Amino acid sequence: MYVAVKGGERAIDNAHAFLAEERRGDVSVPELSVDQIREQLKLAVNRVMAEGSLFDPDLAALAIKQARGDLIEAVFLIRAYRTTLPRLGASKPIDTSAMACVRRISATFKDAPGGQVLGPTFDYTHRLLDFKLLAEGEAPQAARAPAMPAAVPHIADFLNRDGLIEQDTANDTTPPDLTREPMELPASRALRLQAITRGDEGFILSMAYSTQRGYGRTHAFVGELRIGTVPVEMDIPELGFAIQIGEIEVTECETVNQFKGSKTEPPQFTRGYGLVFGQSERKAIAMSLVDRALRWKELGEDNSGAPAQDEEFVLMHADNIQATGFLEHIKLPHYVDFQAELEMVRHLRAEATREAAE
Amino acid sequence: MSLAPQAMTGGFADAPVQSARAFRAALDALSRPGRIVAVEGVQPPAPLSVAAGVLLLTLADGTTPVHLAGAFDCAVLRDWITFHCGAPLVGSDAATFAVGDWSALHPVGRFAIGRADYPDRSATLIVELDHLTAAGARLTGPGIADVAHLSLPDIAAFQHNRALFPLGFDTFLTCGDRLAGLPRSTRVEAV
Amino acid sequence: MPEPQPNPTARQIWMGVLARCRPDRLAALMPDLAAHVVLRPAEVGAVMVRGRVGAVGSPFNLGEMSVTRCSVRLDDGAVGHGYVQGRDKGHARRAAVLDALMQTTQAPDLQATVLDVLIAEEAAGRQARAEKAASTRVEFFTLVRGEDK
Repeated sequence: MYVAVKGGERAIDNAHAFLAEERRGDVSVPELSVDQIREQLKLAVNRVMAEGSLFDPDLAALAIKQARGDLIEAVFLIRAYRTTLPRLGASKPIDTSAMACVRRISATFKDAPGGQVLGPTFDYTHRLLDFKLLAEGEAPQAARAPAMPAAVPHIADFLNRDGLIEQDTANDTTPPDLTREPMELPASRALRLQAITRGDEGFILSMAYSTQRGYGRTHAFVGELRIGTVPVEMDIPELGFAIQIGEIEVTECETVNQFKGSKTEPPQFTRGYGLVFGQSERKAIAMSLVDRALRWKELGEDNSGAPAQDEEFVLMHADNIQATGFLEHIKLPHYVDFQAELEMVRHLRAEATREAAE
Repeated sequence: MSLAPQAMTGGFADAPVQSARAFRAALDALSRPGRIVAVEGVQPPAPLSVAAGVLLLTLADGTTPVHLAGAFDCAVLRDWITFHCGAPLVGSDAATFAVGDWSALHPVGRFAIGRADYPDRSATLIVELDHLTAAGARLTGPGIADVAHLSLPDIAAFQHNRALFPLGFDTFLTCGDRLAGLPRSTRVEAV
Repeated sequence: MPEPQPNPTARQIWMGVLARCRPDRLAALMPDLAAHVVLRPAEVGAVMVRGRVGAVGSPFNLGEMSVTRCSVRLDDGAVGHGYVQGRDKGHARRAAVLDALMQTTQAPDLQATVLDVLIAEEAAGRQARAEKAASTRVEFFTLVRGEDK
């Protein structure tokens, strides 16, 4: 059976108009500007940039406004927009040791060279609602102190010197890109990191939390967490040399994890790594825990069957745009599918009733 | 390093609109094998034809390696492609697009034909011809209502390619500002 | 480890300043554009930003950033390229014209009236942020414990 429906078009147009009016809300309240969102809801903007996988604060702010504050919808808008952009190239890997840090802490070394810098953190707030913010017109002032040297070394470098932490060496292989080629499993660590850094913050957080509660435990400490800006450099073919094409804010987290050793590796510390656009501290820490949990195979650890150790489970369910697309499609018309199911249930019931009667 | 001055001219003046039109023309040509379409919008340096230049600027970018075969592998053309589409220039086995005349592209067995799970990971050949007419080899298959004819530079190579289906390379034939498409699905016979 | 940075050339420095500066500041400092032909029209695109696994290992794709580029040629033949962060086509074109002019005799004048101003403003902004961060630096004191006597 085929059911044709007419008249949906006007309803859809009117739904769009209703949506636009609801987005604006009470017109006696001043309209929110994109600049206000970018400056005053910066962490929401950062999340949309990280999961939208496009660093552009103005666009992320616009997406949040258009999506009425629904951040996953805003991420969807950014993902859709980025597909329209020509790819001009790939940057050189950013050098996070050259970061101009506004925050840099270590849970493992209190005397970390370069110092512990708290930055603009919620950590020591009391989580009491501040009713003073109800009043407008405040322009708070931060304190100042003599600035420190611009770049501070990574803390893992110090453990490296004693050979107590696994070594990693630089290379310049071209990493796989899941925005260009479908993800293939098993995935390299580079591909896993790309999938996790653009994954849903809530999902990555829950996966990381599950490892802390014992599902694939990795005994993680935050070796270092840093937030700040780094320049982005790209080789320009027509120039024959690299130039800086801008500057981005990122959050980087490196965990130090206990490792009892394996058949091939001596007991030492191992690492998990998180790197996320913007000031996205929770995501960066969670990312580094999930990264470490997924490394069980290359480190020769046991697979305890924990969800966070299951690459297919983590990588295939981390993307909130894929997830919401598949989830929400079931609300769209499935009249024909359902009609078939209805026919079948009626048929089975009729059969069951007849058998009972016999 | 700096690019030759003539390498920095001759690209699309209005890339979004012109490349969209060119893409539509390339799609028409490839989905109707044997149909010859005219394209415009670029002035590439010699020996590249307008049609081959349009195809490269429309289809190639930094993620699609290009192989320049024979006389096409010259400094000014390398610079022109680098400046206008940023495509890396590579050997034949790594190419997503390969450009040249037929004798330089041959043997075509060295180009990628895709994999069983990803048949699309194959090369597209852009074959520059001295003449391109709707006469010669007999073409049948998807996109051809009855039969079409095209002045192909070879028969056996395209027959062998068809036998690899769903693997195989796809081909554009270019001459001046005109082009035709020959997808891997087309059956080719001598007349 | 990341490769050591060789000292940037003067052109690398000014192109970087132009990439990072605000479009409205550049337009205010250089309102007029010298006569030029456009070689490659201003184009908004994306650059895939890469990081390194564990900050030092293999590259991985972190996500894209928006970048706009433009290439121009002045009447005297100087070619300029602009690559700027964001989606402002006017910014990219202005940066390209300035890049070309910096290869002409006008360079010292433009260095003083445009680039040095942008550099100073950027440095002041960085300094302010660094000072605020420094004010949140923790000073630990290790207390002597009894059994160590």
